[in-house]
Amino acid sequence: MVRQNHPESDKSRRDISDSGPADLNREAALIAYTLHLADNALVTGHRNSEWTGHGPILEQDIAISNIALDLIGQARNFYQYAARLINQVPQFIGPWGDNLGSLPGTLITEDNLAYFRDSWDFKNCLLAEQPRGDWAMTILRQFFFSTYQYYLYTDLQSSRDHQIAAISEKAFKEAAYHLQWSSEWVVRLGDGTNESHIRMQQALDILWPFTGELFQLADYEQYALSNGLAADGALIKSRWERKVEEIFAEAMLAVPRNVWMQSGGKQGRHTEQLGYLLAEMQSLQRAYPGNEW
Amino acid sequence: MNEKDWPLWEVFIRSKQGLDHKHAGSLHAADARMAIENARDVYTRRMEGVSIWVVESKYVHASNPDEASSFYDPANDKVYRHPTFYKLPEELKNM
Repeated sequence: MVRQNHPESDKSRRDISDSGPADLNREAALIAYTLHLADNALVTGHRNSEWTGHGPILEQDIAISNIALDLIGQARNFYQYAARLINQVPQFIGPWGDNLGSLPGTLITEDNLAYFRDSWDFKNCLLAEQPRGDWAMTILRQFFFSTYQYYLYTDLQSSRDHQIAAISEKAFKEAAYHLQWSSEWVVRLGDGTNESHIRMQQALDILWPFTGELFQLADYEQYALSNGLAADGALIKSRWERKVEEIFAEAMLAVPRNVWMQSGGKQGRHTEQLGYLLAEMQSLQRAYPGNEW
Repeated sequence: MNEKDWPLWEVFIRSKQGLDHKHAGSLHAADARMAIENARDVYTRRMEGVSIWVVESKYVHASNPDEASSFYDPANDKVYRHPTFYKLPEELKNM
């Protein structure tokens, strides 16, 4: 689908390789990176929240809801920071073509970023938006995602951006628990009954092709990384793979090899799933903009 | 998930300012590790505590309320069981 003013077709847009003021490019990359971190947390959190009231057993209903709240809390922190950064640059449009969902000249808030952007502006990984599926699919996705977040937040605590480092310090503790919780479920279901093992295998077949994107750097990530602001996906990848192998061995699951990986989420090219997710999540705010309750 | 296989656990939580673990409730879990995590998720959401004990309910043995009168009433009027009943001689300074 071709959008008007798509960065690649609109020559008047600033390109990352332009020799424009270094400051603005760095700001733009930082904003895009912060939005990416926020979107990852929000979309995964939303998927988890779909279990609230429908959990397989009471304590797990509460557990998955808690995890959803943790992730949405992380998203809020990042969105608030991104809003602050954006408001400091009044002419900000975003070299990646972001529509920030507000009237030009007005200040934006976290709500603009969460509720009024469309799917092509969301920068979450494709893994986050996959459906919740059955319990096996949810806990396996959570395991992949939390392992990634665990090492990501470890590294981000030494980001040159103090706010990102501070948010990561808090989020790290949450990710540590999510990793613990989800890895135990992977083992429980993988090395469980025939049915649970089959369901885990099915979940693995569906989700594995989405894990590669976690470690592929988008151009704004690359730019932020070269400024010491972001974490290096390649460095996270080896630790992530070790953890997955360790847990899979216990869970009697085989780590897939030589699978072609999906990508595009970080650049705003999403699967159809995100459209439905946002339609549900954003419907109230879009119907009654600015409402509070 | 076959809940019949999941035993019931009693949960005890010690608060940040506390000395002892207080009984907070009970929950079902497949094993001890899961019971502790469930207790963390259910009973410490609002910073109620910093330490968790879980015990399978079948290992908690309680006294029988019907036996209360013979168990506890006899101790009611035996004043000589309290240290304050005894007057110490003056010569004992370090008791």
